[in-house]
Amino acid sequence: MDTKTVHLKIKRQRRPDEASYWEEFEIPYRPNMNVIIALQDIQKNPVTRQGQKTTPVVWDCNCLEEVCGACSMIINGQVRQACSTLIDKLHQPIVLAPMTKFPVIRDLLVDRSRMFESLKKIKGWIPIDGTYDLGPGPRMAESERRKAYEFSRCMTCGCCLEVCPQVNPLSEFMGPAALGQVRLFNAHPTGQMNKAERWEAIMGPDGIANCSNDQNCVKACPKNIPLTEAIAELNRDLTFYGILGLLRR
Amino acid sequence: MALEREKRKMKNPKIAIVGGGLAGLMSAIKLAEKGYALSLFSLVPVKRSHSVCAQGGINAAKNLKGEGDSPWQHFEDTVYGGDFLANQPPVKGMCEAGPGIIDLLDRMGVMFNRTPEGLIDMRRFGGTKYNRAAFAGTTTGQQLLYALDEQVRRYEAAGLIKKYEGWDFLSAVIDEAGICRGLCAMNLTTLEVRTFPADAVVLATGGIGYIFGKSTNSIICNGSAASAVYQQGAYYANGEFIQIHPSTIPGEDKLRLISESVRSEGGRLWTYKDGKPWYFLEEWHPEYKNLVPRDIASRAIYKVCYELKLGIEGKNLVYLDITHLDPKLIETKLGGVVEIYQKFMGEDPRKVPMKIFPGMHYSMGGLWVDYNQMTNIPGLFAVGECEYQYHGANRLGANSLLSCFYGGMIIGRSVVEYTTGLQSGVDSVPSTVFERELKRQQQINDQLLRSADGPENPYQIHKEMGEWMTEHVTVIRYNKNLQETDHKLQELLDRYKKIGLNDRGNWANPSLPFARQLYNMLQLARVITISALARNESRGAHYKPEFPNRDDENWLKTTKARFTLHGPELSYEPVDVSLIKPRPRTY
Repeated sequence: MDTKTVHLKIKRQRRPDEASYWEEFEIPYRPNMNVIIALQDIQKNPVTRQGQKTTPVVWDCNCLEEVCGACSMIINGQVRQACSTLIDKLHQPIVLAPMTKFPVIRDLLVDRSRMFESLKKIKGWIPIDGTYDLGPGPRMAESERRKAYEFSRCMTCGCCLEVCPQVNPLSEFMGPAALGQVRLFNAHPTGQMNKAERWEAIMGPDGIANCSNDQNCVKACPKNIPLTEAIAELNRDLTFYGILGLLRR
Repeated sequence: MALEREKRKMKNPKIAIVGGGLAGLMSAIKLAEKGYALSLFSLVPVKRSHSVCAQGGINAAKNLKGEGDSPWQHFEDTVYGGDFLANQPPVKGMCEAGPGIIDLLDRMGVMFNRTPEGLIDMRRFGGTKYNRAAFAGTTTGQQLLYALDEQVRRYEAAGLIKKYEGWDFLSAVIDEAGICRGLCAMNLTTLEVRTFPADAVVLATGGIGYIFGKSTNSIICNGSAASAVYQQGAYYANGEFIQIHPSTIPGEDKLRLISESVRSEGGRLWTYKDGKPWYFLEEWHPEYKNLVPRDIASRAIYKVCYELKLGIEGKNLVYLDITHLDPKLIETKLGGVVEIYQKFMGEDPRKVPMKIFPGMHYSMGGLWVDYNQMTNIPGLFAVGECEYQYHGANRLGANSLLSCFYGGMIIGRSVVEYTTGLQSGVDSVPSTVFERELKRQQQINDQLLRSADGPENPYQIHKEMGEWMTEHVTVIRYNKNLQETDHKLQELLDRYKKIGLNDRGNWANPSLPFARQLYNMLQLARVITISALARNESRGAHYKPEFPNRDDENWLKTTKARFTLHGPELSYEPVDVSLIKPRPRTY
């Protein structure tokens, strides 16, 4: 009989305004387990390692195949998606904690609405005339499409904000994800017609100037989005745009 | 036009859309574009909706490969693939709208794969001989959803769309005359229950995979909203038609989809027979080979594993092989699939064949709607996977995304017509109508939070429901087993009365919404099971060895389930087959 178990240590918090605390759990091991399965076990039978009854741990998840971006959390000190993190590859006890750059709602569940607000701010869309039939869109070289596709896979998961030292309580920095989206829309044949608006949107106190080029974002991104490349490109663009602006004055 | 705007100003209708996947967002965009302000409700931030999981493509007969494809051919394939159970006029409308929808998405900036000339590339899916599906790598659904999410954000920034993310739909608000006048919903963080008056409510609440415990669906796809309005009098149609996708990676938490596009690009299914690889689909279906429709491929794998006992190493698994394909093609066209398989299974599909097994994927059935996407409850509309209209008895790959967009386009027209024609708006409805519904829903919560301390674990009930549904109400169905499954579901409903919540807090407590959703799932599970039990024939995804043939004489009709206190009551209506005459379906 297999008596192997999985030992977890989870940072918990009942409400946003309450202090956090730790609880430990031990659950039966099965092959091919991921962190979600472990949390589901606790949900079904919330008893601590010490045998105390407790409330189920609350966390965020949805697709369970790393495409929705919901289940980001800090696992053994590293921010990542819980669904694609396999238990077999982790040291025990497995330590789970909520991301630190977003307000905690409860336990591992955080509020990432600031990221969606940033997408509003940078005008992250193609301003089409309407949804009626206006014929095909612009042609695009497959090589350009492939590059753009890398950026269009951003799932707003928040990992890049979590690891960015410039995203902190003293700064308003919108973080790398939104900048990657500026790169995406400004390269699109229609989107580039409004690129100046998006440039303006990232020139403020919450904008690109905050980036200190630590390059953590690109390492933490679960989709390997070349975020630092985007930031470098945008910096170049903005330099020219700034010079042109001075000339126009 | 000006007159229409004048009329609208006077009426200023309130519109609510529930669900932030492709169908919900397309509906929202179509209405916002016409100047209507609306509320958009979703369990999750809309960008995380289940549409992101669609992988392979979206069909539209643009005929970009010189094959002579046409919307009529697409229509023909869809009706035939659906085994003639779909009403034909709306399917024809959808297929005709396809090419324009692709153009629209292209203009919105969807990163579709391109040909060397910079045009949209197309690939072939099951059940057709044409390269008809536009695709963006293997995350087509994600790319389409993001495009709509961006357009919705634009209207949100302009103040036309107000989002209620993190709200769970509990019920429709229905007045004395039986007209839908709004909805009741619960905030998942504060657990506040509120009613929202609306002249029209559009349900775009997606699939029902969670009823089967494990499926390819996201965990929010629980059918709870559809079930809630079914219990309020909406008909649920063709519930027995459940699509089982041939290729998923079995997992304890979910069945992860391996896109049909793997076979479009040359992937082959096989297992060992007499010590040698046996490509069973290629042998059994020499014309379509690995690209037969999903119901046929799934049944073939079941036959190989259960009947012939030829699964890999005696397990219920077969190989899906892409090791012979050009690595460059895999990279640009199948990258996402390879990534998922590698991450979750730890093996490289470029080197080792993938191991897969069929899994619950999609519901062809759903809320009954008329050609205007309206349910039998006036003012309550349904669109996307939660309705039944476009796929008949089996859906073709890459048609679901299309049906979401087309349904949303219809909503853009029909909701306007309906609200314009209303005698009196929601403002004239007495407040007691809303108070009554609010009280009813609040009472359910109070009861669960205060007194649910019984011995039954809701998660255990859910597990048992999922196991029974998966075993008896998927690929192969026997009447005896269906009957027993319904008894089991009734037993579970009985045990539900004695559940205990393991968290009774009033802040961000998922146990409460789960308990509520579980009840609705059980009710809908009965609809699926009873509808399957009644249909004594085999058609599309519904297969009974005891009745192996399609029986048009008795069963060319739509199942309509109505809620009663004694269980689902079935009635039937004829299918509109006025455009293509039914003929036997052979691949």
